[in-house]
Amino acid sequence: MIEILTGSSLNTIQDFGRPHAMAMGVAQGGAMDRLALGYGNLLLDNPLDAAGIEIVFFPFRVRFHAGMSFAVTGADCPVTLDDLQLPRDWAITARPGQTLIIRAPRQGARAYLTVRGGLDVPTVLGARSTDLKGGFGGFEGRALQKGDRLACMTATSIRLPAAGYGLSRACPLPPADGTQVRVLPAAEHEIFTPESLKTFQTAAWTLTPSANRMGYRLEGQETLALTRKLSLFSHGILPGTVQVPPAGQPIVQMMDANTCGGYPKIATVIEPDLRLLSQTTVGAPVHFREITREEAVQAVRQNATDLRNLTAGVSKLRAQLVF
Amino acid sequence: MTRIHMAGAGGLLLDAADGAFNDMIQRRIWATSRELNAREDVVQTLPGVNNLLVMFDAAETDHAAMENLLRDVWTQASADEIPTREIVVPVVYGGTFGEDLALVARFANLTEEETIEAHMAGRYSVAAIGAMAGFVYLTGLDPRLAIPRRDSPRLRVEEGAVVIGGGHAGVMPCTSPSGWHILGRTDLCLFDAFRPEPGLLRLGDTVRFVRAS
Repeated sequence: MIEILTGSSLNTIQDFGRPHAMAMGVAQGGAMDRLALGYGNLLLDNPLDAAGIEIVFFPFRVRFHAGMSFAVTGADCPVTLDDLQLPRDWAITARPGQTLIIRAPRQGARAYLTVRGGLDVPTVLGARSTDLKGGFGGFEGRALQKGDRLACMTATSIRLPAAGYGLSRACPLPPADGTQVRVLPAAEHEIFTPESLKTFQTAAWTLTPSANRMGYRLEGQETLALTRKLSLFSHGILPGTVQVPPAGQPIVQMMDANTCGGYPKIATVIEPDLRLLSQTTVGAPVHFREITREEAVQAVRQNATDLRNLTAGVSKLRAQLVF
Repeated sequence: MTRIHMAGAGGLLLDAADGAFNDMIQRRIWATSRELNAREDVVQTLPGVNNLLVMFDAAETDHAAMENLLRDVWTQASADEIPTREIVVPVVYGGTFGEDLALVARFANLTEEETIEAHMAGRYSVAAIGAMAGFVYLTGLDPRLAIPRRDSPRLRVEEGAVVIGGGHAGVMPCTSPSGWHILGRTDLCLFDAFRPEPGLLRLGDTVRFVRAS
């Protein structure tokens, strides 16, 4: 059992979401940085998609009411377990009564707290993720509040070194001077003016404070325009879709995005780079770079290979742990 | 003229729209969706209004092969005859529950009463489900009521709001931002994640609006 000591409207329980419920209009949802959640679960020998806490409001404090192994991954935050400072992307075992504090990130925007076994909340429509818009999933369909007590799934305990363990540089974060994301052209790409298509790739877009799990609104010096007025029927959209509403400033659809929309789409951020965008801080520049379909497929395959290598790396490391 | 666009590495958007909304095209979209959903290499399909989004695993499935498959299935698809049910939606029109009724009436050059009658006279069909959990895009709106969406969306439209926008009708399944115009309100629950069938309405259902007694 863990007890939440910090309330906010933003910290939520997430797993890998509900891709199969989208036809009902339910957002895909799930961790914005899947690699970070997955890595925490790997360190704890959990299924990759076990439910953890996505933290975007800091400092975040929890108390362990039972001894348990946990991991903090994702953004580079100062993390302390009572008086002990923990390195980045680290797993360790807490004793009953200990308090964990995760402070505002030095780099990145989202941290993930995972526990051995995963958090035990009901599965709704195929996932444990919190759907804030729909008010279901996660803990009572809402963000975590002070005093909430979360149970963990039953799992045998794992033995970790007293000081914990982790791999260095497991979850790369975007550098402070700008996030590079690779994109593929989307349906209305050809209908944007040549200048707009150039601006889209050359401009430094700034992430605005309204960025949330539904969408990342960007702002630039110049705006993007179509060569003619378009009136589109509502169509399915996926996380990563870059929409351009009439004002000409792009919005990247994120994990809790509406499943359908009607704005023109200039591009789609490829899936492996969406996590980098999710770790971008408000005010930081974002750069888009168009790639070919072949390059995108290559990047997706590379991402899958990297995850397999990471899994193998953690498993090898665990075998070598000395107690 | 059907077009197939990339929607990321693992997505394809088939756009079959040809001017005004076409019911026959929509039935072929449903048939294509159903056939593709039965396949192991398709993660999910999302039927939109005269269009279809297909998702697959880009690491496992060849993009070009999936595009060919989508084109073939679409070309051979015949209009789906799916069983239709009639769902009646009781509405309290106007007043505080329907703050845009006067605006819509002015746009349509009708009285408020005539606007309500025109909304109730429609035999609507669920063309697509999406945006929010349980939101349905209803076709069959009286063309006089085809008011464009608001230039800037309201940040909060209440659950149960009976709305029209961009030539479609709908009902808000949850409280959310929306750019559609509000004519009234219903107490029907359109979506409940804990029901065996969470959504009240299915693709192809017929919807009728009546005045709540």
